[in-house]
Amino acid sequence: MSDTVRDAPTGSPSSNGLEDPGARSGATRGRASAIVGRTRDAFAATPIWAALVGIVGIGWVVVTLDGGTFFASGNLTNILQRSVALGIVAVGQTVAILAGSLDLSVSYLISLASLVGAETMDGRESMLVPAILLTLAVGAAVGLANGLVVTKLRVNPFIATLGMALILRGYIENNYDRPTGSVPESWESFGYTRMGPIPVSIFLFAGVALIVGTTLRRTRFGYHVYAVGGDEQVSVLSGLRTHRVVIAAHVICSVCAALTGLFLASRLGSGTPRVGTDGGYDLESIAAVVLGGTALAGGRGRVAGTVGAVLVLAVLDNVFNQLELDPFLKQAVRGVVIIAAVAVYAQRRKGRQQVATGTAAA
Amino acid sequence: MASGPDVPHHPDGGPAPGVGRADAADDDAVGTAVPRLEMRGIGKAFLGTVVLADVDLTCAAGEVHAVVGENGAGKSTLMKVLAGVHPPDAGEIVIDGVPHTFHHPVQAQAAGVAIIYQEFNLLPERTVAENVWVGREPGRFGLVDRARMRADTQRLLDELGERSFGPRTPVRALSVAQQQVVEVVKARSLDARIVVMDEPTAALADDEVDQLLALVRRLRDQGLAVLYISHRLREVFAVADRITVLKDGRRVDTFSAADTTAGRLVKSMVGRELDAYFPDRAAPDELGAVRLAVRGGANAVLDGIDLDVRAGEIVGIAGLQGAGRTELARAVFGADPFTSGTVEIDGRSRRLRSPRAGIGAGLGFLTEDRKAEGLVLGQSVRDNTLLARRSGAARGRRRAGTTDVEALTRSTELRAASLEQEVRFLSGGNQQKVVLAKWLALEPGVLLFDEPTRGIDVGAKAAIHDLMRDLARQGRAIVMISSELPELIGMSDRIVVLHEGRIAGELPAGATEQQVIALAAGHHLDDVDETGDAVPGGGAPGDDAAGGGATGDATGGEPRP
Amino acid sequence: MTDATLTPPTGPTPAGDVVEAPPRPSLAARAWRSVARSAPIFAVLAVLLVWIAVENPNFTEPPGFLAFLKRAAPLAVLAAGQYFVIVTGEFDLSVGSLVTVTVVVAAQVLADNPDSTLPVIALVLLIGVAVGIVNGLITTRLQVPSFITTLGMLLILDGAVFYWTDGAPKGSLTEDFRTLGRGGVDDVPGLEQLPWSVVVFLAVGVGAVLLMRANLGKQFMAVGDNDRAAGLSGVPVARVRTIAFVLSGVLAAVAGILLGGFAGVSAQVGDGLEFQAITAVVLGGVVLGGGRGSVVAAIAGALTLEALFTLLNLLGVSGALEDTVEGVIIIAAVAFAAFRLRSDR
Repeated sequence: MSDTVRDAPTGSPSSNGLEDPGARSGATRGRASAIVGRTRDAFAATPIWAALVGIVGIGWVVVTLDGGTFFASGNLTNILQRSVALGIVAVGQTVAILAGSLDLSVSYLISLASLVGAETMDGRESMLVPAILLTLAVGAAVGLANGLVVTKLRVNPFIATLGMALILRGYIENNYDRPTGSVPESWESFGYTRMGPIPVSIFLFAGVALIVGTTLRRTRFGYHVYAVGGDEQVSVLSGLRTHRVVIAAHVICSVCAALTGLFLASRLGSGTPRVGTDGGYDLESIAAVVLGGTALAGGRGRVAGTVGAVLVLAVLDNVFNQLELDPFLKQAVRGVVIIAAVAVYAQRRKGRQQVATGTAAA
Repeated sequence: MASGPDVPHHPDGGPAPGVGRADAADDDAVGTAVPRLEMRGIGKAFLGTVVLADVDLTCAAGEVHAVVGENGAGKSTLMKVLAGVHPPDAGEIVIDGVPHTFHHPVQAQAAGVAIIYQEFNLLPERTVAENVWVGREPGRFGLVDRARMRADTQRLLDELGERSFGPRTPVRALSVAQQQVVEVVKARSLDARIVVMDEPTAALADDEVDQLLALVRRLRDQGLAVLYISHRLREVFAVADRITVLKDGRRVDTFSAADTTAGRLVKSMVGRELDAYFPDRAAPDELGAVRLAVRGGANAVLDGIDLDVRAGEIVGIAGLQGAGRTELARAVFGADPFTSGTVEIDGRSRRLRSPRAGIGAGLGFLTEDRKAEGLVLGQSVRDNTLLARRSGAARGRRRAGTTDVEALTRSTELRAASLEQEVRFLSGGNQQKVVLAKWLALEPGVLLFDEPTRGIDVGAKAAIHDLMRDLARQGRAIVMISSELPELIGMSDRIVVLHEGRIAGELPAGATEQQVIALAAGHHLDDVDETGDAVPGGGAPGDDAAGGGATGDATGGEPRP
Repeated sequence: MTDATLTPPTGPTPAGDVVEAPPRPSLAARAWRSVARSAPIFAVLAVLLVWIAVENPNFTEPPGFLAFLKRAAPLAVLAAGQYFVIVTGEFDLSVGSLVTVTVVVAAQVLADNPDSTLPVIALVLLIGVAVGIVNGLITTRLQVPSFITTLGMLLILDGAVFYWTDGAPKGSLTEDFRTLGRGGVDDVPGLEQLPWSVVVFLAVGVGAVLLMRANLGKQFMAVGDNDRAAGLSGVPVARVRTIAFVLSGVLAAVAGILLGGFAGVSAQVGDGLEFQAITAVVLGGVVLGGGRGSVVAAIAGALTLEALFTLLNLLGVSGALEDTVEGVIIIAAVAFAAFRLRSDR
């Protein structure tokens, strides 16, 4: 649903001279082209996809100059493979942030999920499904706890989820000190199977992104997430049960984190106590969300943006690997990229605001 | 002194015969029609302070009932009780004959009450349709039926005659007036039968006000009961059928609009006659040298601004919303600087590119929204008063030594428990005085006032006007932006009218409202009939103002000859 | 602004301006009230200290208590720096990695120039200033939310410093350098030794309190409470915020010097410190969002955290579960503070 450029108001003192409201012209288009148009708008609204194209372009140039091949199929696999883990947890984080909250406990939850999942599976096919269900349930429970602390106890989400991170860390360090459990073959192969250059696991990522994204854009609950994140007071006065919405958002976020943990277990063959923290998923997922155009304060943004951001980060990583950049330098450059991208967004927004409101002339 | 409690009144709230009414016929009493809304004996106290006491109010379907009163009279609280925000301590609410007790706004909504607050309850990042239907999105199985949502919203927009935007526009892209329409659409979407509007025109320009009043009349014609809270008596008379006056939490009078006058209302509200109460203007020989001179000032919004303000002078800036008045003040001050042209302060050319530069040059700027831009609410009176001084921006100007905060606050007649009290506990008038004290601490030569008495009750308004004139007499140059024409005309020695970022013209003291409005709307002065008796927005029948124009607002002041 | 919310107004204001307000409280009453307002953390701290003393009677002796302060000093210094940033309405997530940078850079440089303690100290302080300036400029000029700016800076610092040392910090800190963290003034009457880190801690504390009373401190509060009003009143908002970041950076460097002295060189020395610092500040009742809270309470928050760690150790809570207990307590403390804040209004 395109909400931006085409539907500008006209005839108002602060009109910025854009075209007529698009609602009427939209009705005359065919359904298929309407869908295409909406998809196009969805991506156009989030500049990160333009950035992705740009980065792919630059990456290709740089790598080729360096003597490598950018579009080798191994590369593509690599990029997509890298996106899955961060991608799934970032999608969940998007929901939490959209609802006006955030979750700093995801890395420990990922580790815990990998451990619980692998341990329960114990290498047996028959335990695959129960293990998955149990792990997701653990994730949901953690999300529920986070949500309750944030809403009922009114603790700032930063502190609440930080506290949860500590709680999880204590539990993990107390009970596990080495890779544990093992993953049955079918699950392990899930982490590695490819269809040509495309890893099968990408469909898991795509599926999660699609489901969560559609939920946000088309269901009542999704609308309420945007409302609560946008302005809690207004939502309360409109009769929304804001606490439930925030709690549900946290549950979604934590379930995604648990799913990521399961996926990582499939890649590693077992659960590991440090897999979540080593990947820096807490801050990286938040960075991906913000990079994708979602406002840190909530109420604005889309999953499509997060997906684009995750891909950008994966491409960057890949390019750096190709150039054999020192991993530490890579990290530093990532930091610069994140800051630069958000700075660009901020400038764009400032410019757009001034045009749209006519600077609230009196 | 109050005339209120002595006035006998009908149980339904209308004044008894013999007090400003021709006959006892009342909209509801005749026949068997039960009034759409009855509030009986409403009482409410907060933390021991009584805010409402035994207030009765009725409103019929198809009636616009205005509620007037000074700040603190209890109007907003009464409306919030009706809207379910605060349960009353006493009394009951009866809607279409059915008594209700509301513990949450949603219950009031379900009973058909919709309230539109002064500060809108909108989600800026969502579209019009999403805002209208928030919490009640149409659809099945948890999915939202977006097409239906849009169609329903469009239908409501059409019913209200709104053409300038559609359901898919993001609310942040709309002007204040358009956002208000969204609120009205929201109310209609609730199938509201009672609509409450709290100071709906506070932020609107004159032409937008007319559109809003037309909207209100439409709602009334559609059979709604409309409660209309406002300070602006001209609008009240333009649209209301009945008017209730609240004072100190009590219902003092209820009049039929046709049978009363602005003067009578003000007397009820304030308890005393308010005659022409603007301080005397400056005599020509009291004016000194030019302290502020702008030549060819221009930026993204303004063009060709030439302005002179002398010591001892109060220059009023008039214009419709969007004309650039605040932009002019901000440009002169340095907050949104001119990109071309010159500014001279006391004869010296200055490049004012930031508020610090403006302050350094001796300017002070009292902004439109004191809470958002003038005060640090969590800090004390003392800290707020010293805020600008401590910034060091006026380093070159002020005398050395510590500021006597006590003396400053005394000079503004500030009344607060102590200088350490947090500013957010003060009344609007006192808050404005703190802002003034802050600027006076810098001994500015030029003061820019943007809506100096907005949201301030009548008594405090007069005090601020007197202060402004005193400051001018002390030799300062004063620029005053005001949307309240009587205040503008009453206070200014000269009026500069802006239109779409340019100066449309200049008027001398004692100009009429028609002249100001004509220039502001972009007409030439010759097009205006100087003796015209109808003023855009509706004159008030029975109005006893002499000067050929309706009285403006709660001050009841007439333009001085 | 109160009209559209559900909070009750403060009562009717009759025509005229006299506001019904309580009689002006005496100086003593006001002092008590300001202490009582931040009472939760001081009370909690007191309880923890007493408990520690019960578990370990040595604690009541100066050396024991001073050892505690020595351990707590780095976090307290960090908390003071973070306080300035938080009170202006921002975050500084880069302090942990800045501590690491301090230690690693010092070790590297000292390895080749063992006699240049003072210049090295100056160098790391300068690095702290530089990082603070960059953080401040990016946040204020480029309008990047400070969460993101300092997060990016965290990645940059971590990446850069390890790149520079090829992954493993080399060299070691000289005895001279480590005096600040480890040594002290000997033969002080009454105390065996007054650790330098305690001196630094006290100096920072007093300095911070004085700063908050001065113009700059009031400007911090004004900027955090309402930066638009502050800016329009002539306060140089961007500059003030940047100064807060610089203070945070410098104090992070100081904390690094103390920690390096105390614990030696390690690549993980700064891990998680930024979160600890923020937690300390929040425990002290400072609101994330700015404009309210006292620096003394923030420092007390740091001491409380450290006391908590100490107590858990003493109680024999296994190393790992320590984290869990910590997490629960932090949540409980902040929840309690939030509850009190609401019931106060």
